[in-house]
Amino acid sequence: MLSADLGIILPEIILAIYAMLALLGAVYTVKDGAASLLVWVTSGLFLALAVWIGLNGAGTNVAFNGMFVDDGFARFAKIVILVSAAAVLLMSEAYMTRRGLLRFEYPLLIALAVVGMMMMVSAGDLMALYMGLELQSLALYVVASLRRDSLKSTEAGLKYFVLGALSSGLLLYGASLVYGYSGTTLFSGIIQTAVHGDLSLGLLFGLVFLISGLAFKVSAVPFHMWTPDGYEGSPTPVTAFFATAPKVAAMGLFARVMHDAFGAAVSDWSQVIALLSVLSMFLGAIAAIGQTDIKRLMAFSSIAHMGYALMGLAAGTAFGVQAMLIYMAIYVTMNIGTFAFILSMHRDGQPVSSIGALNMYSKREPGKALAMLVLLFSLAGVPPLVGFFGKLYVLRAAYEAGLAWLAIAGVIASVIGAFYYLRIVFYMYFGQERDDALDKSGSPVLWGMLMASAVIMVVGVVNLFGIEGAAAAAAATLVN
Amino acid sequence: MSVFAFYLFALSTIAGGLFTVVSRNPVHSVLWLILAFLSSAGLFVLLGAEFVAMLLVIVYVGAVAVLFLFVVMMLDVDFVELKAEMARYMPLALLIGVVILMQFALAFGAWESNAAAEGLRAQVMPVDRHNTEALGLILYDQYFLLFQLAGLILLVAMIGAIVLTLRHRSDVKRQNVLAQMYRDPAKAMELKDVKPGQGL
Repeated sequence: MLSADLGIILPEIILAIYAMLALLGAVYTVKDGAASLLVWVTSGLFLALAVWIGLNGAGTNVAFNGMFVDDGFARFAKIVILVSAAAVLLMSEAYMTRRGLLRFEYPLLIALAVVGMMMMVSAGDLMALYMGLELQSLALYVVASLRRDSLKSTEAGLKYFVLGALSSGLLLYGASLVYGYSGTTLFSGIIQTAVHGDLSLGLLFGLVFLISGLAFKVSAVPFHMWTPDGYEGSPTPVTAFFATAPKVAAMGLFARVMHDAFGAAVSDWSQVIALLSVLSMFLGAIAAIGQTDIKRLMAFSSIAHMGYALMGLAAGTAFGVQAMLIYMAIYVTMNIGTFAFILSMHRDGQPVSSIGALNMYSKREPGKALAMLVLLFSLAGVPPLVGFFGKLYVLRAAYEAGLAWLAIAGVIASVIGAFYYLRIVFYMYFGQERDDALDKSGSPVLWGMLMASAVIMVVGVVNLFGIEGAAAAAAATLVN
Repeated sequence: MSVFAFYLFALSTIAGGLFTVVSRNPVHSVLWLILAFLSSAGLFVLLGAEFVAMLLVIVYVGAVAVLFLFVVMMLDVDFVELKAEMARYMPLALLIGVVILMQFALAFGAWESNAAAEGLRAQVMPVDRHNTEALGLILYDQYFLLFQLAGLILLVAMIGAIVLTLRHRSDVKRQNVLAQMYRDPAKAMELKDVKPGQGL
C-alpha cells in the first residue's frame, strides 16, 4: 500500500531528497562555491522531471487515502511549473552572480518551493492543500528578501510575509468552516455535501473565506496589495520567478478546489470569481498606466493577466478550465521572455528598471527591441500573436457559459491595458535620444530566452504547439 | 461539575484573549496570552484529549509564549505610537467588525450540519487505546504525507532563518577551541635569558 503510494509521488520525493542532499553536500564542502553548479543541476533536474511526468503519467492515480491526486490536470500544471522554474533559474544565474547574491541556498529554496507547488496542484485534501501552499510560500518569502542589506528587498519580503500569513489565516478559517459543515477535509467527501441549492450558509461562508485566501495567492483584486511592492523590491530574478511558476501553481490549486471540492455548486462560486476577475482586469489595466518602473508595471500586468485566467475559471465548465490552462501556459512563456529582457537592462554594471531608459532602444539593439516588441504586442493581446489566442479562449469560455458581460468587460480592459504596453514600444522606437544609454552586453542565456519566447509568440499561432489538445485532456480529468 | 469547569475555562479563555488585545503593556499582553493557552488546555482535558492539553502547555506556554516575552522585551518597538496610529482607524475598523459579526451571527444562526458529519464528530476519542497511541497511529499512518510535508516546511523555515541572518564577518577574531587545546607550552612560550643591562 505504502510503496504504491510512494510510487505515485516519486517525482516530488526525488526533488525533495535532491534538495536535502545538495544542501548537506554544499554546507560541508565549498558552500557558495557550488552555487553556480547547483543552479544548472537544479534546472536540469526540473527539466528531466518535466519530461518524465510528461512521458510516464497516465490515468488518474490517488495516493495517501485521497490526499494526493495525480491526474491529467495535475500533470499539465506540473510540467508548466517545472519548465518555467527551470527557465527562470537559468536566467537568474548571471544577474545574481554579478550582484553577489548567488548563494547555494537559492537554487535549493527554489527546488523546495517547486515541491510545494507540485503538492498544491495535486492536493486532494484541505490539509494537503495548506501544507503545499505553506511550503511554497515560506521558500518564496525567504528568496524575496535575499538581498538582505537592501531596505527595499527586506521590505518586500516582510510585506509579502505578513500579508501571506494573513491570507493563510483566512484560508484556514474557511477550511475549518468547510470541515465543520461537511465533517471531512477530503475534497471527494466535500463534493458530496456541497451540492447546489442545498449549500448551507455556513458552508457558503467557508467557501468565501477559502476563495479570499486563494485570491491572495494569485494576487487578484482586492487582495493584490502586496504585489507591486513585492515585485519592485525583490531581486529581479526572484520577481521573474514570482510572476511565473507560483502563479501557475496557485491557479491550478484554485481550479482544483473549486472543481474537485465544490464542483457540484458551480453557480455559488462562479459569481464571486467573476467579480474578482473583472476587478483584477480593470485595476491591472488602469493602475499600470502611471508606472515608471518596469518591474512595478509587470506587477500590475500580472494582476490583469490573473483576471483573464480567473475568467476561464469563472465559466465553471471544462472548456473554461482548458482555456485557463492554455492562458497560463502562454502567460508564463511571455513573461519568461519579458523578464529575460528586463534582466539584461543594466547600465555601468548596475541594473536599471526605469522605463525611460528604453528611449530609442531600437537604434542601438534592433534585434532585441524587435523581440521585445513582439512580446509586448503579445502581452497586450494584439492579433495574430499567441497572446491574442489566449485571451480569445477565455473570452469564448466566459461567453459560452453565459457570462457575456464578463467577456465584454475583458475586451474593454484589454483595450485600456494595451496602452501601457504600447507606450514602451513607443519609447523604444520613437522616443527621445538620450546619452545615458543602456549597456550593450548581455548574457547568452538571457538573449536566448528572449528570442525563443518571441519566436514562440509568432510561430505558435500555427497550432499553439499542440497544447490545446493536452489542455483539453487535462481539463476533462478535473471537470466531470 | 464538568459543566461548571467548562464555563470557568471558557470564560478565562475569552478573558485572556480579550485582554491580550486591549492591554496597554505588551508584556501584560503576553501574560494574558499564557492564561488563554492554559485555559484552552483545560478545555482539552475536559474533552478527554490529555495529550493535546499537555502539548499546549509544554510547547505554547513553555516555549512559544516565553519566546514572545523575550521578543517583546528585547525589541525596541514604540507601542504607544503604534496604538495612536491604530486609534485613527478605530471607527472604520469597528464598523467593519460589527458588519462581519452580524454576518456571522446570520451564518451560525442558521447552522445545520450534514447528517454524516454528526456521526464523525460523535467519536472524538477512541475507546480502546489511549490518546498518545491513537495520535501516533493517525500521524504516522493516515497522515503520513502531511507529517513529512510539515517536516519539509520546518526545514525551509530553518534554511530561511540561516540565509537571512547568518553573516560571516572576516574582521572578527573567533575562538578556535581545537587549536587552543592542541597548544603546546613548549611551542607557545619562548624563554629568553636577558642579561642585565643589555636588553634584547
